[in-house]
Amino acid sequence: MLLIKCPYCEEERPELEFRNAGEAHLVRNSSIIEQSDEDFASYLYFRQNPKGLQFERWRHIHGCGRFFNAVRDSVSDKFLTVYKAGEPKPELDALLSANASQEVASVKKRAPRTKKAEL
Amino acid sequence: MVEIIGATRLHPLQAGHSSALSVSVTLAENATRLSLRAREDAIPAISKALGLSLPTKPKTSTSEGTRSALWLGPDEWLIIDTADSSVVADIAKAKVLHSAVDISHRNIGILVSGKGADAVVNGGCPQDLSLAVFPVGAASRTVLGKIEIVLWRLAENEFRVECWRSFSNYAYAFLQESARDVAV
Ligand SMILES: [Zn+2]
Repeated sequence: MLLIKCPYCEEERPELEFRNAGEAHLVRNSSIIEQSDEDFASYLYFRQNPKGLQFERWRHIHGCGRFFNAVRDSVSDKFLTVYKAGEPKPELDALLSANASQEVASVKKRAPRTKKAEL
Repeated sequence: MVEIIGATRLHPLQAGHSSALSVSVTLAENATRLSLRAREDAIPAISKALGLSLPTKPKTSTSEGTRSALWLGPDEWLIIDTADSSVVADIAKAKVLHSAVDISHRNIGILVSGKGADAVVNGGCPQDLSLAVFPVGAASRTVLGKIEIVLWRLAENEFRVECWRSFSNYAYAFLQESARDVAV
């Protein structure tokens, strides 16, 4: 089962407690009356749905009940980070490099086990 | 030739009627329950009115006598006390902004106790219930099978499962069946 970290519960919880709530960082225009129908439609309906990294809203619906944001890879399902609602969008480059160094470290840690298996 | 091993046939309605279960699944006594919502700045005044300090750490609870407060979210608690409790009158004395809804009859409490109680709950709850991660006193909203519950660890081998009234038949039967499965 996929484990998802909730920034409010401060720990990883089983995915069954969560619901995906679509793309994050969509801002409703403060005066929609001045907005064109096309612009409002794009706010209301059209989503990026990229193959790869995306900013998403999630809700810990069967836990603390809070909405929060996450950066997830839609291909591998890997969560790069989670952050509380209202917090600024994290820098992707910094996240990726931090993640890459973490992966290098975990590969290094795993190395002895591979050796044993070879023996 | 196929050898038929002696599998005992179990009646679907006999769950819980086996006397050899090591974990008992019983109904908790009627209780007074409050669904409490409040912002951070109101916590001290409400704690004073209730006579117990509201927990602010995730997945924790606090108790004072028969009265307990379970952390459900950053601004949400479940208060449980005995059926004759004065908790409703007590919280009315808190003059700070908050919302307290009497949900005494919305929930049903089920007690799961005995050696292996964690395995019985884990039969339908995906959370890590090891003592290091879910210690005595820990409380959390989570899932059991296909319903939502509030799980509270009262002792190493005792859990209280709170579920909504209309789900109680399901939860009760589920836990009894799970108890039959983990019987040692
Ligand atoms: Zn949470």
